[in-house]
Amino acid sequence: MTVTENPESATEPSGEATDGAARVRRRDDGAAVLRLSEAEAAQIGNDPEAGDDDERVMLNMGPSHPSTHGVLRLMLEMEGETVLRSKPVVGYLHTGMEKQAEQLTYLQGCTNVTRMDYASPFFTELAFSLATEKLLGIEVPERATWIRMLMSELNRMSSHLLFMATNGMDLGAVSMMIYGWREREEVLRFFEKVTGLRMNHNYIRPGGVAVDLPDGWQADVEHLLELIPPRLEEYDVLMTGQPIWRERLQGVGTINADEALALSATGPILRSAGYAWDLRRDEPYLAYDEVEFDVIVGSYGDSYDRYAIRLNEIRESMRIVEQILDKMPAGDYRVQDKKVTPPPRVRIDQSMEALIHHFKIFTEGYKVPEGEAYAAVESPRGELGVYMVSDGTSTPYRMHVRGPSFINLQTMPHMMQNALIADAVAIISSVDPIMGEVDR
Amino acid sequence: MTDETAAAEEAEDEAVPAGDPVEMRYGAIVDPAAADAVLHATVENHLDACAEAFADGFDQLIDLTAVDYLTYAGTRVLPAGVEAERFEVVTQLISHHRRERVRIRTHLADGTELPSLFDLWPGAESLEREVFDMFGITFADHPDMSRVLMPEDWVGHPLRKDYAVGSIPVQFKAASNER
Repeated sequence: MTVTENPESATEPSGEATDGAARVRRRDDGAAVLRLSEAEAAQIGNDPEAGDDDERVMLNMGPSHPSTHGVLRLMLEMEGETVLRSKPVVGYLHTGMEKQAEQLTYLQGCTNVTRMDYASPFFTELAFSLATEKLLGIEVPERATWIRMLMSELNRMSSHLLFMATNGMDLGAVSMMIYGWREREEVLRFFEKVTGLRMNHNYIRPGGVAVDLPDGWQADVEHLLELIPPRLEEYDVLMTGQPIWRERLQGVGTINADEALALSATGPILRSAGYAWDLRRDEPYLAYDEVEFDVIVGSYGDSYDRYAIRLNEIRESMRIVEQILDKMPAGDYRVQDKKVTPPPRVRIDQSMEALIHHFKIFTEGYKVPEGEAYAAVESPRGELGVYMVSDGTSTPYRMHVRGPSFINLQTMPHMMQNALIADAVAIISSVDPIMGEVDR
Repeated sequence: MTDETAAAEEAEDEAVPAGDPVEMRYGAIVDPAAADAVLHATVENHLDACAEAFADGFDQLIDLTAVDYLTYAGTRVLPAGVEAERFEVVTQLISHHRRERVRIRTHLADGTELPSLFDLWPGAESLEREVFDMFGITFADHPDMSRVLMPEDWVGHPLRKDYAVGSIPVQFKAASNER
């Protein structure tokens, strides 16, 4: 097992500054990234002056390719079967969500951001809500915080289960795809029960959550906690210990901690290099300082470590969920601040003021004090942050999402350099980008 | 730090009215009103402030984005000595060993070029490309100053406040817009 579960033995941040750009240049002068426009790239291999020695070929992978996770497109400069330089070409899913956020009120904003990282929608909602709450200066009730934590951790499980499925599929373990989706579906079923939707929930909102947990939610969560662990054991049998699986992943797409830091990578990519950094532990938000869990780190920074980290993070998330089951406090599920929270449904029938108030909140929205704020959460892919600027009106003046997928994509050309094209697929898979978040 | 920028900083220091103490960090002005650690920089000292922060242990660039303050309805409360311009480039840095973050807000006018942070943090590459794509702010010494989310031949920068929201005919590279 290449995974150490004890964060103490891992590299802790040392704070020694080394020369920035030089850190990623150990691989042939930083030439891992193909920094060419389409027209220039088309000339690769077509240079008549280069003669027969130039055996480079431009290969275009995607945007619709079964293993590129949505609409990722890669321009690969190949020599034989070896990748020399590569460039992720993104934007095929760009729908201007940050521009759109400037037209939507803070209440509507969550419906927008939840569509970014569609595999882990609760995290974007959470970051958006935390940033808004920072500007509003409100504190959400304890129960809302714990419900948010419960949903986040279950979402981390479902997101990593999806990774298990796609990672298996990309590497030829096609049956794994069915198993991963099957388990994820169980988690989504619980989401549907709570929020009404399998995806794009709009459940975590500024001020708390949309509705309280339904009756009997404990039984559903307990059912999940019983169901998933044996299935993870099955994954171990099917993949973790299998020589073919290990052969396919070990030593493929390596990255060291220095490079990951320099390239702004976060999440499992940074942790796979043995660098213990997890916002839940290091900058606790919600109530993560009240639960116990381990930060999983790898030691070789390869695709196998990233697989193993995600597999074990599912187990850690279940550990957290178990503690949430015990500690879930009673109380309000949203803040009782009339400015932010619409009146309860029954009040609308009884009071004209409540009706007007309800109408106002859902048409005009509430005004948020001027200022700027940044809130970050640890999403399954790394640090997911929302930078919000308010000008005192009811729509954000600017809303920027720091999408970990977008930034983690930068590590891909470095991991891919001098790898075989077949390994490129394993590397794309292990970076686990969600294109909705990359393109926004 | 070059002599020129040092001189520019001194000039900036002098511009601050006497008797109004302004706290400085990495050569940039500290925002006393902000809840987080926020610094205000100018085009001139942007790179130096970042380089000093880097040397001081801010080992990772977490985020880089921009804000266009063209139609800002409120009044921007800025510390003394900070000159408001149309754009702000917001750089977020993190120091892992100190568990500390700092946000550098660099004020710049339209059409001004900012030095790239690529040499300090290569992770700035795609973030600066995004800022260029969305705001039209260019970064000097950036290895690949090209669009990242919009098509290569797109005209305009969508997140500018003077870029209208509305229906635009869907553009495909091969198709003509005359229908």
